[in-house]
Amino acid sequence: MEKEKHHIVPYKTYFYILISLLVLTFMSIGITKINLGGYSVLGALIFSTIKSVLVLYWFMHLKFDQPFLRFMVGFVTLVFLAVIFITFLDYYYR
Amino acid sequence: MQTATQIPHDVNYLDYKGKYKGIFGWIFSTDHKRIALLYMYSMMVMFVVGVALGLAMKLELIAPGQTIMGPQTYNSVFTVHGVIMIFMIVIPGLPAVFGNFMLPIMIGAKDVAFPKVNLLSWYFYVAGALLVIASVLFGNGTPDTGWTFYAPYSFKSGTNLLPAIFGAFILGFSSILTGLNFIVTIHRMRAPGMTWFKMPLFPWSLYGTAWIQLLATPVVGITLVLVALERIFGIGVFDPALGGDPVLYQHLFWIYSHPAVYVMILPAMGAISEIIPTFSQKHIFGYRAIIASTLAIAFVGYFVWGHHMFTSGMSGTAQYTFSVLTFLVAIPSAIKVFNWISTMHKGSINPEIPFLWAVSFIFVFMIGGFSGLVLGALATNVYVHDTAFVVAHFHFIVFGGVGFSFFGAIHYWFPKMFGRMYDKVWAKVGWAFFTVGFLTLYSPMFYLGMIGMPRRYYDYLPEFHAANILSSLGSWVMTFGLLIVVINLFRSAKNGAIAEINPWHGKTLEWTVASPPPVENFEEIPVYGEKDGPYEY
Repeated sequence: MEKEKHHIVPYKTYFYILISLLVLTFMSIGITKINLGGYSVLGALIFSTIKSVLVLYWFMHLKFDQPFLRFMVGFVTLVFLAVIFITFLDYYYR
Repeated sequence: MQTATQIPHDVNYLDYKGKYKGIFGWIFSTDHKRIALLYMYSMMVMFVVGVALGLAMKLELIAPGQTIMGPQTYNSVFTVHGVIMIFMIVIPGLPAVFGNFMLPIMIGAKDVAFPKVNLLSWYFYVAGALLVIASVLFGNGTPDTGWTFYAPYSFKSGTNLLPAIFGAFILGFSSILTGLNFIVTIHRMRAPGMTWFKMPLFPWSLYGTAWIQLLATPVVGITLVLVALERIFGIGVFDPALGGDPVLYQHLFWIYSHPAVYVMILPAMGAISEIIPTFSQKHIFGYRAIIASTLAIAFVGYFVWGHHMFTSGMSGTAQYTFSVLTFLVAIPSAIKVFNWISTMHKGSINPEIPFLWAVSFIFVFMIGGFSGLVLGALATNVYVHDTAFVVAHFHFIVFGGVGFSFFGAIHYWFPKMFGRMYDKVWAKVGWAFFTVGFLTLYSPMFYLGMIGMPRRYYDYLPEFHAANILSSLGSWVMTFGLLIVVINLFRSAKNGAIAEINPWHGKTLEWTVASPPPVENFEEIPVYGEKDGPYEY
């Protein structure tokens, strides 16, 4: 236990992340107001991915975790993105 | 409260008297071995119901026209048969029973990482099962959509679907918790010195399975919630009349349910990978190749779901992509079969009953696999889609795969689990009837599908009659074999001859502990040295 490092994230950082999450949420809503066709979904997914990374990295402390765990989360994210990509091979070409 | 260190080592898990007595000593126990048996007995109850419904369907199909039930009852019977067999038997099947029982022992641990969560997962299992049963007994009629709950049937049907949907939702939680427990257990609780490549193949298969349980199950959970919301509030996600897309339901459902096939089959392959070398009295051929193929199946299995939807109106691009990806899954599966056969090659084969189940598994799984190529190829799939051919393929893979492996595993690990040996003659008689019955039941369905008999109808044209009679006869032979197997095991669990610690000369850790195992498995946690391997401790 003594060997474990304790990371204290300053409140300021949490505050900036909160603001970023709120801005990205409004951007996710805003993009639906612009007629981008099928690319609206792509835009919304990109915003959601950035939000997830922020939450995982700071709120869930992945930033301070072992590289192996970061690799696992990254791998799962890639699987998820591949599933979305393949699903849209149906919707974009139907 | 009794602490772990106070539990005497010479008391086995069956005889141990803890804080609670009688049945409470079981349903409040966090011992992984007792939880495994709780799962096994619960599944057995549901399995009896599932088999009875299957027999009723085959009896209905013994002749054209109405035999014992009308179309609505038939729809309900195949729905409940599917929900029970898929969500309550084959998905939890090997991981919940043999995974729970054997995983900690095989990796040198005293229990799983989260024993209370493990017990909670069984409670979820029971709650989910009770809800599904409630959908049959109460409300506006038994669900009739098929086990897939396809939209728009699932929100248009007037039957009692909500309890069944919530039942499946809760069963999903049970699966997620088991998967989470296994991943953490394997990462954190392997015996000192047991590196990843010193871990036996059954735990490896459970590891691949656990990732699928953890990542894919939430998708179907959310999908079922959306169906419930569609039914109650008409939110318009899947209802085309409200701008929704019913094909989206199929995507979401199969994003889970195809990987779920690998939740069923990977642990089955893991058990076979333990049985074959033990009874060939040889080391497994291609240990690392089997691990790689396990992980490859788990990975590629995520991306092939669309082959269930070739006639649902998907885009051509998606259809070609899914067809190609589906063929990719055949490669790691073939690697496994090659390795099993190579393990037997020049082995000193001891044809005990677990080995017979294992080689039968390979036989039926290969028939299922080859017929899967017919369904994976886009052109031939369209021809046999939604025919009896699909039912035959599905049962060869799922029932053939999981069923034969489960019975192989129970006959393999039975002496360890109960400390007693079953009657080997009756076990062989039961296996013979079951195998012959299985092949007689499902093989004619390939032919029926090829000549155009659709599935999920209670009636058929006269030209399908002869093959259906044969299939129905097969169901009786198979059930007779099943009864012999189950009665033999039940009787032997109480009255069988006392088993040796290692009757099969197995090489993994479970064969080093007493039969039945002590409450905490090991008096001292084993330590793996440099020269030890997965099968050389």
